[in-house]
Amino acid sequence: MITWMRRNLFRSITDTILTVISGSILGYVIFQVFQFVFITGRWEIIQVNLKILLVGRFPEELMFLVGFSILATCFSIASLASGMNRPIDQPPTLAGKLWGLFQRFGLIIATSAFLIVLAGDMAAVLFGAYVVLSIFAGRLFGIARRNTPLKRLPGWLWVAINATLPLVLIFLTMGQAALEEWGGFLINFYLAVVSIALSFPLGVMLALGRRSTLPLLRWLSTAYIELIRGAPLFVLLLLAGVALEFFIPASIAPDAIFRAVTVFTLFTAAYLAEVIRGGLQSIPKGQAEAGKALGLSTFRITFLITLPQALRNVIPAQIGQFISLFKDTTLAGVALSVFDLLNVGTAITKQDDYLGQGLIYESLAFVGLLFWVGSYVMSRESQRIEKKLGVGIR
Amino acid sequence: MSPQLSTPRKVPFFRDIRTLKWALQILALLAVFAMFYWLYGNYQENVAKSSIQTDLRFLDNPANFTIPGNDLDQSQPVRDAFVEGFLNTLRVAFIGIALATILGTLIGIARLSKNFMVRTLGTVYVELVRNLPLLLLLTFMNLAVVLQAFPRIENAWLPLDLFVVSNRGIAIPWFIGSPAQLGIGILSAALLAFVVAKIRIRQADKTGKQDRAWLVGIATFVFLVVLIWLLFGYGWELPYVDGRGTTGGLRLDPSFFALVASLVIYTSSHIAEIVRGSILAVSRGQGEAADAIALSGSQKMRLIILPQAFRIAMPALGNQYLNLIKNSSLGATISYFELTQIAQITVGNGSPAVPAFSLTLLVYLGISLVTSLVVNFFNRRLALVER
Repeated sequence: MITWMRRNLFRSITDTILTVISGSILGYVIFQVFQFVFITGRWEIIQVNLKILLVGRFPEELMFLVGFSILATCFSIASLASGMNRPIDQPPTLAGKLWGLFQRFGLIIATSAFLIVLAGDMAAVLFGAYVVLSIFAGRLFGIARRNTPLKRLPGWLWVAINATLPLVLIFLTMGQAALEEWGGFLINFYLAVVSIALSFPLGVMLALGRRSTLPLLRWLSTAYIELIRGAPLFVLLLLAGVALEFFIPASIAPDAIFRAVTVFTLFTAAYLAEVIRGGLQSIPKGQAEAGKALGLSTFRITFLITLPQALRNVIPAQIGQFISLFKDTTLAGVALSVFDLLNVGTAITKQDDYLGQGLIYESLAFVGLLFWVGSYVMSRESQRIEKKLGVGIR
Repeated sequence: MSPQLSTPRKVPFFRDIRTLKWALQILALLAVFAMFYWLYGNYQENVAKSSIQTDLRFLDNPANFTIPGNDLDQSQPVRDAFVEGFLNTLRVAFIGIALATILGTLIGIARLSKNFMVRTLGTVYVELVRNLPLLLLLTFMNLAVVLQAFPRIENAWLPLDLFVVSNRGIAIPWFIGSPAQLGIGILSAALLAFVVAKIRIRQADKTGKQDRAWLVGIATFVFLVVLIWLLFGYGWELPYVDGRGTTGGLRLDPSFFALVASLVIYTSSHIAEIVRGSILAVSRGQGEAADAIALSGSQKMRLIILPQAFRIAMPALGNQYLNLIKNSSLGATISYFELTQIAQITVGNGSPAVPAFSLTLLVYLGISLVTSLVVNFFNRRLALVER
């Protein structure tokens, strides 16, 4: 301990000064945060508005659909994670396993527990229990796949089976409630997921187009990518807000959420295309040449040999793109007056009960917490995947 | 052996790979044209229906709004407002880029420090800021810091009696005299300092002594600035509270402060990661060689590692600069009068939306192109010339 301190904190006089300065900054910040969270913070504004912050004015009688979607998603993720072939570097001991789980999911568990405490009623506690149950059920299902004849199912079919249930439920939920009733965190999540899903195929096509040997396709893709990358997202959103109805017939005049999804999709596709192009460039020429030697068509070489490897190589960058999209969904709130989490967060401080009491700290802290946990967990997972795939090592 | 192999049959043109390739491309082009034609047709139709301008004539209309902190008149044309917005965007971009680079580099180095406390502080900063939306930081800076934590003007903070900090903005000491004079003075001083530094480097190359070019250069610069200042009698004005406002000095808008602060905080966390990665990417042998010739820790960083790290970091840094410039459009959400805000207001005042926003997008595209040209120029200057 003493040696460690001498080595890491008090190596020389300048080092000691640095330690004292940065230590006191760190201590001050930690003290302030603790004081804010446990003593001075007035959290009843969050407690009262918790539902609006999370799902907006989503109809009460349809809330069970949202709940089921969350449960189904937890089930699928758990079963997918445990149903795949066992990784080689599994920590040997139970304690090691628990520590690994804590590192990966501790933050999410803590945040969920915090939300349950904030909600403070029996329904929330029960729902938490259901989530835990569905995760266990998913694990059992996954383990069952490993040890029964289900083992012979091909991987894609397994993924498809698992993805069907939550997707069906999510689309059902979307179909049931009008989009104007959505709000809060649900909007941010929905915008991010839908936009990334739609922009992915477009991004792949643009990346292939930009690397194509056909000049016209190359020019078109390059022009699109560079034009979009030179424009600020916020201005594009504003433009979509006031000018989209000029360009498409009035009969299909879209609502704000549709506009946001369109802009996010077109915008993210350009950035994703650059990421995927980087992946394609990292694949050695020999791969495509080997495909040619086997007499495969260009189409098959691309989709069976180069593209899968390219996508694998840039998984962390793709997740990074997804994280920045997730954070950028807040822009839709201001540009298109969508009631997203940040907008709700500033709006609740203007309610009659809370006006002029300086509660902006509390509400922004809560909004920030949700975004931070989401982005941080995703970036940690991407680092883990990167390590697991051994990109650059193999 | 089949005879077809030796005598190639003529391929019908619809299965000829060359025809197919061109057919595919022309098809794609046609699809794009068709889409644009459709969009343009709809646009023409809708515009004709509501008789909206489609050209840039709206730039000559009176602006009908004023820009705080600026003597723009209500009757001046929209064009002038756009120019002023463009200048405000550039102001934010320049100051933001400079500050974010400095802060980001320091934090990037801190994250690799041997000192545990410094390292932790850097990591906490980067992980905290990087995972928050920029708009959240901006809203926080505007609503929570500037409008709430900053005091009213009656009991403004007066740190060192040099600044006046209140929720009406921050006033800093400033020169008396025209900006042109100031610019010429600083520019000529910088030029002379650069020449002196070059001479030092050339001497050092001959004699083998340490050049200390940066130190000497900065000292020369400061000396010359002070000299010019004393010779030509420029003043130096401190701001003070004067009733409901401040007098003297340079007053920074609260929204300007909030925008620059949040952009710098956000971008510096990204730059810190780039700098850290680039320092790690400098090959280990370089640091070991520096140790072998007994350079001190700071010399090793300053003379060996950082110059090579910046060569690696340059393209990624350029991307961050572009992001910062594009993100400055968020100033519109807190009523900082930059380009986007001007466009939004003129559209609200009745200017046609499509031309106004297209113009805005074009200007951003232009700024981005110029910035990437500059970054590419430096990148080519710095890049390692191989074989």
